[in-house]
Amino acid sequence: MTTVSEPVQLTVPQMLAQLQGTDTSCRYYAAWWLGKFGLETATAAERQAIVSALIMALGDEEDRTELGGYPLRRNAARALGKLGDRQAVPALIECLRCEDFYVREAAAIALGQLGDPHAIAPLQALLEGGVAMARLVPGRPHLVQPVEAVIESLGHLGATEAIALIEPFLAHEMPRVQFAAARALFQLTGAAEYGDRLLVALNSEDVQLRRTALLDLGAMGYLPAAEAILQAGVEASFKLIALHGILSKQLQQVGPAAQTLSLFQGLDQLL
Amino acid sequence: MSDLHTYIHAVETATSAPALCEAVIQLAQKKDTAAIPTLIAVLGYNNPAAAQAAVAGLIALGDAVVEPLLAQLDGYNYGARAYGVRVLGSIGHPAALRVLLAAAQSDFAPSVRRAATKAIGTLRWQLIPEETAREAQLREALMVLQRNSEAADWAVRYAVGVALDHLHQQAAARAIREAVRLLLNRLSDRDPDIVVRSRCQLALQRDSLSMHT
Repeated sequence: MTTVSEPVQLTVPQMLAQLQGTDTSCRYYAAWWLGKFGLETATAAERQAIVSALIMALGDEEDRTELGGYPLRRNAARALGKLGDRQAVPALIECLRCEDFYVREAAAIALGQLGDPHAIAPLQALLEGGVAMARLVPGRPHLVQPVEAVIESLGHLGATEAIALIEPFLAHEMPRVQFAAARALFQLTGAAEYGDRLLVALNSEDVQLRRTALLDLGAMGYLPAAEAILQAGVEASFKLIALHGILSKQLQQVGPAAQTLSLFQGLDQLL
Repeated sequence: MSDLHTYIHAVETATSAPALCEAVIQLAQKKDTAAIPTLIAVLGYNNPAAAQAAVAGLIALGDAVVEPLLAQLDGYNYGARAYGVRVLGSIGHPAALRVLLAAAQSDFAPSVRRAATKAIGTLRWQLIPEETAREAQLREALMVLQRNSEAADWAVRYAVGVALDHLHQQAAARAIREAVRLLLNRLSDRDPDIVVRSRCQLALQRDSLSMHT
């Protein structure tokens, strides 16, 4: 398998040293690099060292933006989500209370990726106050809380206890939040009504929303959407990804069925 | 002729995306080879619906499209190139073979690589009448498919499966049939992606079905 690789001279020990160094921009880069390449290239001992160093980086006080953000913490959280080691869960839960929105968002996503149910209650806490709380912060491009990421992670974690908490977000003013809620509720309940909400969104005026809904339906593996995905007014490359998601789920869970033949035909046409 | 000019003019002067799309559909319906340059130009307009209509129109015009399209294949606009390669694949004239092999191997755009990879299978290989020449070109095509079966992008590997399925069914590709089967078998056993594996299994099943009827 050919993969696009970074310049070959970079090694895990080097990047680990850089992460623990003093240059903030080198530390920031090393956190990203270790998240992206650490899993394939590190030995078991190195992996342990990486995870420990990244957990330390979640408490960093040196690297600050003008607005008070913590860039290194953000990248460390993202890397820990990718590395898949649940040792990081307590420290990431701690990050859900960080004053930096983007640290909270990165931690919420990482906790969904790590799949540890201990994260469910602390994630739910970020939805407290419901839709009324989840407003844009004046002058910033983001909401008070990273509700989209939180809702998606609750879906990944199978948090059925969060269903009632998530449901009102179907009526949030931002379509992206509505979609996240529909997708999570579909994961949690399997009810077609949530898949159908995204199906309707395939006809929205805004092409960006059509693309998002299409990719969501693909990631959900929502079989009834297959035909509508093929017909949607979206580029073929998006349709390919979505249909691939639906077929993967279908083949993994049910095996080849009568309907898979027409899905393959659809995929053939999109090439 | 002047009639056709009216339709071409409508395409060239359309001011909205829906109007353009409608004008292209009308022009394509004339099924006139004089519309070819205009239809090719539409592939580069960055309007997916109009481009789709132009693709259908060009495919319907068949072999007459191949030479002008090869001459006009857009080196800068990869979207247009992907549409162009799809047209060449659907028409299937082997005059496009060189261009398709090069695109399948080294075009920087994944959409072009996968369209060209699939097109290798849908060429009408019987149009190369001389057997030794045909076999040599089939082997060259097979090498490109083998290389692309290792691609990192699942969609390129899927396109390899589709191309192999088509080659497998073509009597004109008999010379490489065993090698095609071998590669299909390998992909259906070992590809890391379940969709790619299943598509190749489908191709192999199709073969056993047709042998029993």
